[in-house]
Amino acid sequence: MGKHVLLIEDEPNIIEAIRFILSRDGWQVDTHSEGTTAFQRVSALAPDIVILDVMLPGRSGFDILRDIRADAALAALPVLMLTAKGQVKDREMAERMGVSRFMAKPFSNTEVLASVRDLAGG
Amino acid sequence: MISFDLLVAICLVYVVFLFGVAFWAERRAARGRGGWLRSPMIYTLSLSVYCTAWTFYGAVGYAARSGLEFVTIYLGPTLVFIGWWWTLRKLVRIGRTQRITSIADLISSRYGKSNTLGVIVTLIAVVGTTPYIALQLQSVTLSFAVFAPGGVGPWLASDLNSASLTVAVGLALFTVLFGTRNLDANERHHGVVTAIAVEAVVKLVALLAVGIFVVWGIAGGAAAALARIDASALAGMPIQPGRWAGLTFLAAAAILTLPRMFQVLVVENEDERHLATASWAFPAYLFLMSLFVVPIAVIGLDEMPPGANPDLFVLTVPLAHGHDGLATLAFLGGFSSATSMVIVAAIALSTMVSNHIVMPLFLNLSRHGATMSGDVRKLVLRSRRLSIAGVLLLGYLYYRLTGGSEALAAIGLIAFAGVAQVLPALLGAILWRGATRKGAIAGLLAGFFVWAYTLFLPSFGEGAIMGATLLAEGPGGIGWLRPQALFGLDGMDPLVHAVVFSIFANVLAFVTVSLFDFPSPMERLQGAQFVNVFDHSSAGQGWSQGRAEAEDLLLMTQRILGAEDAQRLFQRAAAGQGRQGYLPEITPEFLQQLERVLAGSVGAATAHAMVGQIVGRSSVSVEDLMAVADETAQMMEYSSQLEAKSEELARTARQLREANEKLTELSVQKDAFLSQISHELRTPMTSIRAFSEILMEGADLSPQELGKYARIIHEESLRLTRLLDDLLDLSVLENGQVTLNLQPVDLHDLIERALAATARLQGGHALRITRDPAAERVQIVTDGDRLSQVFINLISNAQKYCDASAPELRISVRSTAEGVAVDFTDNGSGIPQKSQAIIFEKFARLSDPRSAGGAGLGLAICREIMLRLGGSIVYRDGRPGAAFRLTLPREMAAAA
Amino acid sequence: MARAPAFPDPEGYRRRRLMDLARLLPLLGLCLFLLPVLDADDGLGAGLLIYLFAAWFGLIATAALLARRLCAASAPAPDPAKPGAEAGGQEGAE
Repeated sequence: MGKHVLLIEDEPNIIEAIRFILSRDGWQVDTHSEGTTAFQRVSALAPDIVILDVMLPGRSGFDILRDIRADAALAALPVLMLTAKGQVKDREMAERMGVSRFMAKPFSNTEVLASVRDLAGG
Repeated sequence: MISFDLLVAICLVYVVFLFGVAFWAERRAARGRGGWLRSPMIYTLSLSVYCTAWTFYGAVGYAARSGLEFVTIYLGPTLVFIGWWWTLRKLVRIGRTQRITSIADLISSRYGKSNTLGVIVTLIAVVGTTPYIALQLQSVTLSFAVFAPGGVGPWLASDLNSASLTVAVGLALFTVLFGTRNLDANERHHGVVTAIAVEAVVKLVALLAVGIFVVWGIAGGAAAALARIDASALAGMPIQPGRWAGLTFLAAAAILTLPRMFQVLVVENEDERHLATASWAFPAYLFLMSLFVVPIAVIGLDEMPPGANPDLFVLTVPLAHGHDGLATLAFLGGFSSATSMVIVAAIALSTMVSNHIVMPLFLNLSRHGATMSGDVRKLVLRSRRLSIAGVLLLGYLYYRLTGGSEALAAIGLIAFAGVAQVLPALLGAILWRGATRKGAIAGLLAGFFVWAYTLFLPSFGEGAIMGATLLAEGPGGIGWLRPQALFGLDGMDPLVHAVVFSIFANVLAFVTVSLFDFPSPMERLQGAQFVNVFDHSSAGQGWSQGRAEAEDLLLMTQRILGAEDAQRLFQRAAAGQGRQGYLPEITPEFLQQLERVLAGSVGAATAHAMVGQIVGRSSVSVEDLMAVADETAQMMEYSSQLEAKSEELARTARQLREANEKLTELSVQKDAFLSQISHELRTPMTSIRAFSEILMEGADLSPQELGKYARIIHEESLRLTRLLDDLLDLSVLENGQVTLNLQPVDLHDLIERALAATARLQGGHALRITRDPAAERVQIVTDGDRLSQVFINLISNAQKYCDASAPELRISVRSTAEGVAVDFTDNGSGIPQKSQAIIFEKFARLSDPRSAGGAGLGLAICREIMLRLGGSIVYRDGRPGAAFRLTLPREMAAAA
Repeated sequence: MARAPAFPDPEGYRRRRLMDLARLLPLLGLCLFLLPVLDADDGLGAGLLIYLFAAWFGLIATAALLARRLCAASAPAPDPAKPGAEAGGQEGAE
């Protein structure tokens, strides 16, 4: 199993933090900070796991998730969703759409790392 | 001979007595105790207003001049009365069911409530009655003069004038007192009627007494009297067939059309059965009144010196024989004849003048009149009183103008002929459904014109109004238009000539126009009600009012609702009253219910009028008309109020809907904000937590990394602080707890400052700013820091949201009358219309796909600040880009 | 089975004939009053006077009788005593 993660997030500081945490664990971290082209990026990179923010410029994380799940090649791709909108209905919506895991910001570093390992490691 | 002063005293006592009788009768009637006052005899006696001073004095004079012809004046009415089953019965029934107040009202009402007709008939009545009143004044004055102190000789003209004026004023007073005491809905005057009945007795007794004295006292018995008649100068005086028939007709017409006769005959009628009694009793009265006329005339001619006025034989014959008492009685009889005629005529005329001329004029002049129903009563009474005074004044003036003609009868006949012009319209009204309003107007005008041309105007004498040449040769020398010989018929008696031609022209115009006219629905309805009054009101069976009304109501209701519904309605009402199978009792509740049901079909006012008309509680007297008008006006007002109300309701509903939409949107916005604020708070906190955990691990970090991570934590906490500051700021502004630091500022400097501040924040794309620095040089007094905060917000909004490829913001400053206007207009796509309403609300960051930098508090803060600064911020719709306009007072009041 | 009488309403029939008379009476009066015209040249005299007043009186008497009968016929129910008494009294006086 490879250790390739694609982080789709628009906040530079959060990107910085997650990159640091995962790189330290030996993950190859690619980042994408915009919504409209995010799905193409996922298809192109075919990472082992995607970390997806909900509030993205251009296109919401939910839309991207729907596209991923609709794509046969990516249907099984683990997706860890992060959101700052800590509302229950967002979580429910994400789960209906087939999210692998849903985490509210702010998150604990160890938790994120554990989740990524867990999901990507299968 | 009786002294003049004593005569005046007797006269005054008599008048006071009449006052007393009238007052007493009024009181009795008011207490509801009519008793014998409402007997058919009183009714019959009141009809004797037909016999005026003309009859009392003039009949003898007439007989002395023209023989038996005088009797035609009584034969005509006799025929009408014994033929009551034909016309009078119908007239009285119509008068009662339709609550007719005068002959003008009847004509007007029948022909579709046309006031034009009411005015025409009123004018004819005034013209026809004025000479008659003059006649009464003259006869009273002349009879006074008979008793004038012998030594002084005949009265001077001035004495006569002052006497007639006194009489006129006295009569006006009496009429006003008893004719307009109250405004009874049915226009009945118990006091006046009773006083007139008393006067009728006095004049009959007086004339009979003089006659008996002449026949048995002077002639020496009936046989002797007859012998003297055969031997007198009058014997063998031939009857003129034309005049005989013409006068009989004229008198028959007059008894129907004279305003005063209509008043006592129809308006004052208490009970239809009284008419049955009057049908023979009134001819009997006339019979007795004329029984001794010829003997008195014959004896008078024999006994009195030649040149004595035969019009005064009734007085002078007893006086000549030294019978002062009898003469005084005769005087009172004549006085009674004159006064009763004048009083009733004045009441009748004043009703007509007031209802058809004064009130419509007043209503036209004062548009607001209909709403002041409280004053209408007073107003009507006042107009009646003025009309009475006016009528008597006219009579007096006529008397003065004509200077008192010797031949009383002539004036009377001319008046008869004038008033008779109403006859065709009247008979048409009650007998012919095809008679129309236009026909009636045409007939009345044609007849009246011919009458005036052939009889009335020539009666003033040659040269008075019509020149001698006109009379002799016709207008412009056209011979066949000679007033007294139309179409060359110069062999006729002028009176008969005038009657024949005027009535012919009248009937011809009336019938012709009616035949070719098409009546309005109102005319047809009224026509049917009048002509078929016996079908609609009770049939011959029992004259009980209530039954008739119920049937009438049922008939009317059937016409409106259809037979089945109407009968069901009535049956239900009857069952409700416990009268299964009968017609319901006419209770107020039932009427109300009926009116409500009918109102559903024909409208409330009409329903009210229709029900009222049948039940006889509405729509005919002026007062009731006013009430209907009032009600109509109120209803119109009410409905316009309703309209306004419903408009208001609609407006409120719209506002509510808008508010609701706004609320819904706000609530959506609030939800969005909560997740937004959550996002805005959690995002920096995420970074802070992540990096502080990294730092806390104390892992192997390079000093650069350490410094970088610490800086990120610092930046993010600053971001949190800013957010909280914004929230706090807005809250403070909204609660009005803000302290303003007012000082003179230069707008240019403020804009510079704002641009400098935003330039630092500016991200990727450059925003081009267009300005006119010269225009910006405006000094105002305000809080500069707050204002520049607004500027910064607007500029950074443009930076964030302007989606043009080459974003550009134009800032322009304009001085206005109220202060200063600053426009911020960018060249982006602007804000969609549906969002414009909420952009100034808190957290209203529009959910567009574009990047959102703030928490959506900027514009809300702007609005609050502008409000505090005494200005405003509005979004200007219809511009290509996003356009905000700030308005500011030049100098902000320090208090605010 | 009872047969309906040929004249079911003799009262009503009588009343209608009375009405006929009431309608005809003025025509009769008109004829009587216009009669003197036919012999107009004779002029005023005791004879004419007597004729005229006699005819007049006759008409009045007939009208009185008729009015009483009509009233009685048309208003049988509501207090017949009162108008009847009055009419009677007046008739006596005449």
